[in-house]
Amino acid sequence: MTPREVSGRAAGHHAGAVPGTAPSTDELSLIASLRRGDESAFAELVRRHGAMLQRVARMFVPSDSVAEEVVQETWLGVLQGLERFEGRSTLKTWIFRILVNRARTRGERESRTVSFSALAAEECQADDPAVGPDRFRDAAVAYPGHWTVPLPRWGDDPEKWVTSQETLQHLRAALQQLPPAQRSVVTLHDVQEFTAGEVCEALGITEANQRVLLHRGRSKLRRALETHFEKRGAMA
Amino acid sequence: MSPTDGSANPGQNPWGLDCNEFVELVTAYLEGTLGADDRVNFEKHLSLCGSCRTYLEQMGLTLRATHALHEGDVPTGALETFRKAFRSWKR
Repeated sequence: MTPREVSGRAAGHHAGAVPGTAPSTDELSLIASLRRGDESAFAELVRRHGAMLQRVARMFVPSDSVAEEVVQETWLGVLQGLERFEGRSTLKTWIFRILVNRARTRGERESRTVSFSALAAEECQADDPAVGPDRFRDAAVAYPGHWTVPLPRWGDDPEKWVTSQETLQHLRAALQQLPPAQRSVVTLHDVQEFTAGEVCEALGITEANQRVLLHRGRSKLRRALETHFEKRGAMA
Repeated sequence: MSPTDGSANPGQNPWGLDCNEFVELVTAYLEGTLGADDRVNFEKHLSLCGSCRTYLEQMGLTLRATHALHEGDVPTGALETFRKAFRSWKR
């Protein structure tokens, strides 16, 4: 692959050799324009990230209108913080960090000011297996640690079932019920396709915690889909 | 019942891993962050255990469905409101 092809493919928000660690040249010029008070630069910023901010905010708060308010507060926070933005992260992850903090205070009734990294550490510490221990054979029998009952598939066409509107609705509800740090990581990484590095920056958490939270959150979503599938089977 | 190839870690678990260990490594496997030894054991287990193949498939399906949530909400994109905010900030 030639360098031209590489840069062609990388064009967009993930440009640069180490994605998500520092503003790209493109972002730096945008920042400079914003600081000069260039309105078209602001419009460009909204065009780039506005839709994604709205969707992420919606994962934390109960309605579209509250999400909109959170996004507007975020833009104000961005404008107010612009002078202090030191470029130690990308502009994108910095904006999402502001958003997640605002959305969280609005969404959860916990106005207690626990930092996100402390929250993440707390969620990582608790014992939280991907699958309940009762699903596996215990040490006293043959094949300890293996499934007690073979795991059933989700019907003949699991692909179709899992992406049906009805299933997605359940999945969305399950995502909103995840503990906040897991919800944030899964939302940014799996819904919005942030890289692991971008998630760490946006949320201010360590890579080790990011990995644990992603795993725990995803595992819970799989369980939620499984439960939904079983209920549906029982009704049919 | 027990595998005989003995390729990874001879003398250790003939299944590579137990199922309850397998399920904890699935995310690292999907993200490509599993170490070389763990990956050998993971894939060995995968080749031997139908339930864990189903489990991995379901995690993949979960991931795909989660990404599909991306298209759900239609954002309102009130650019005009943001413009006003910007103008008042500039003053």
